[in-house]
Amino acid sequence: MKRFLGFVVKEFYHIFRDYRTLLILFGIPAIQLLLFGYVITSEIRDARIAIFDQSKDEGTRKISEKVLSSGYFILDKNLSSTKEIEQVFRQGNVKLVLIFGPDFSKNLNKTGNAKVQIIGDASDPNTANILVNYIQGILSNYLFSLNAEKIPMQIVPEVRMMYNSEMKGVFMFVPGLMAMLLMLISALMTSLSITREKELGTMELLLVSPLKPVQIIIGKVFPYVFLAFLDACIIIILGNTVFGVPVVGSVALLLFESLLFICMALSLGILISTITSSQQIAMMLSLVALMLPTILLSGFIFPVENMPVVLQWFCHIMPPKYYITIIKSIMLQGNGFSYIAFETGILAGFTMLFIFLSVKKFKVRLG
Amino acid sequence: MSAIQVTHLTKQFATVKALDDISFSVGHGELFGFIGPDGAGKTTLFRILTTLLLPDEGKASVNGLDVVKDYRKIRQDIGYMPGKFSLYTDLSVEENLKFYATVFGTTIAENFDLIKDIYVQIEPFRKRKAGQLSGGMKQKLALSCALIHKPSVLILDEPTTGVDAVSRLEFWEMLKRLKDSGITIVVATPYMDEASLCDRVALIQNGKIMTISTPSEVIKTYPYVLYSVKSDDIYSLLRDLRQFPQVHSVFAFGQSAHVSFKEEHAAEDVLHKYLQEKGHSDVKIGPTQATIEDCFMELMNTKW
Repeated sequence: MKRFLGFVVKEFYHIFRDYRTLLILFGIPAIQLLLFGYVITSEIRDARIAIFDQSKDEGTRKISEKVLSSGYFILDKNLSSTKEIEQVFRQGNVKLVLIFGPDFSKNLNKTGNAKVQIIGDASDPNTANILVNYIQGILSNYLFSLNAEKIPMQIVPEVRMMYNSEMKGVFMFVPGLMAMLLMLISALMTSLSITREKELGTMELLLVSPLKPVQIIIGKVFPYVFLAFLDACIIIILGNTVFGVPVVGSVALLLFESLLFICMALSLGILISTITSSQQIAMMLSLVALMLPTILLSGFIFPVENMPVVLQWFCHIMPPKYYITIIKSIMLQGNGFSYIAFETGILAGFTMLFIFLSVKKFKVRLG
Repeated sequence: MSAIQVTHLTKQFATVKALDDISFSVGHGELFGFIGPDGAGKTTLFRILTTLLLPDEGKASVNGLDVVKDYRKIRQDIGYMPGKFSLYTDLSVEENLKFYATVFGTTIAENFDLIKDIYVQIEPFRKRKAGQLSGGMKQKLALSCALIHKPSVLILDEPTTGVDAVSRLEFWEMLKRLKDSGITIVVATPYMDEASLCDRVALIQNGKIMTISTPSEVIKTYPYVLYSVKSDDIYSLLRDLRQFPQVHSVFAFGQSAHVSFKEEHAAEDVLHKYLQEKGHSDVKIGPTQATIEDCFMELMNTKW
């Protein structure tokens, strides 16, 4: 035990004497969280649009007013011919063009049928889709207000978005980011710290010492469990104070699950370091082989349900996916342990598998 | 029972035979040297002895323990100093020593008398990071770390490479003192002049041991009469000597050339004359004692 503690003390010296390690440990999580929180957002405000109004009557003016006062749109230009439509899109400022056909109000009143065209810039399909939906909403609202006196029958859906009533993107990103950052820090830092010993030749002396492989591995990892856990706390606190992401469920449970995930990522880092001999390869493996799947296949950004079936299989073997499910469940829905027991079990299983493989693969000799 | 017993040891790396059927034994309390150039197989041999590599064929044992089967026990018994400086450069002198002491389940205080002589020399720098020490200091620290758990066998891979002449001498004096305290020491070195400081040496080249003997025995077996030749221009001297018909071998040795002749007593006068004809001035020729280096070169030429 004394040997082990001596080893851990040495690891802490390494970490605290290398400012780059510290920067990665504590700088990156904070910066990433703020960046993701502020930059990536699925809400669109102040999109620039152009209006080509061929009627210029009471109806079109009212609709235009409603559109522009909604807060989602800013009028970039009033167009006077169809030729200009393509031109404004090409200039690139305008995301959407709203076109009213001739004699809009007259047609609407006489035939009950008026023509409106919405042209979106689908080079960014998500944005175009959202903007078109906004306009459609405003149009049907207007129509509804016209018909209010005439038709007594109406269906008014009352929509309530559970767990994230304001549909804030951050609620989605904070859990994903936690998974990503904990994975990065845990797997990358441990795999680096072990391969560094191999590169410097100090592993040669550690091997010759009476330390057991398990002691070396756990000793290497132990400080990072502690530091990554600190990171998890920082992310939760920042998410809560800066972006208002709530922790509805039990904080203790959340921390416990995070600890489990950290252990999983650390054991994966160890596994990487036992099969690589240089820091560079370890870094490549941790970054490319872990980061991309964590971002793409964990449901962090892209919903798993929409992926091709083959990719969905891959998603199921991505540990971060389960962690994200778990923390969303705790933070946003406030669920207790019984709801996430399955996911917890899977994470624990992964951890055990990786540790088992690492200890098996750990070479008690060189080469 | 010997401290180290090696029989028919062979190790192959891809296309290179690093060790080729090596056998030797080292007695308890012996200071045993492996002398050979880079790539001779010294490091491979030491890594097998320290249980870091597995041999392809043959057997090796340390204190009667097999390097393959009993590797855990051996690791307790040996102190190892790799050829490359392998301490933590971001830890201070004291922290490194303390770390290795703890890892081996001991304390600095417990075995301080063993490393005292060495450690006092680096103690003034004990707060300094190991990475900022000079070459000689680094080696002293590494030796202290290898000794801190009181090993019975000390295995040192080129401990004096890259160290200045004064520090080298100091280092060897330390080894002598350690040997006197009963520790078996196996040391590798590319420096031939260090060979005479060992009890016995093995000359090793291309994975084979050319000869094993005491340094004086090795020198005695040198079959030729050796002359040291000097002149004002060493480079043309070497060239001209090689063209002299009776010459057997010529090697540069510091500022002079070591020359051996095919016949027992080639006339010094003839050579003197020959060299003067070639335009050398200040020519000095005299018999000299063969060194380990001469023996090594001779063995290399004849046997391998």
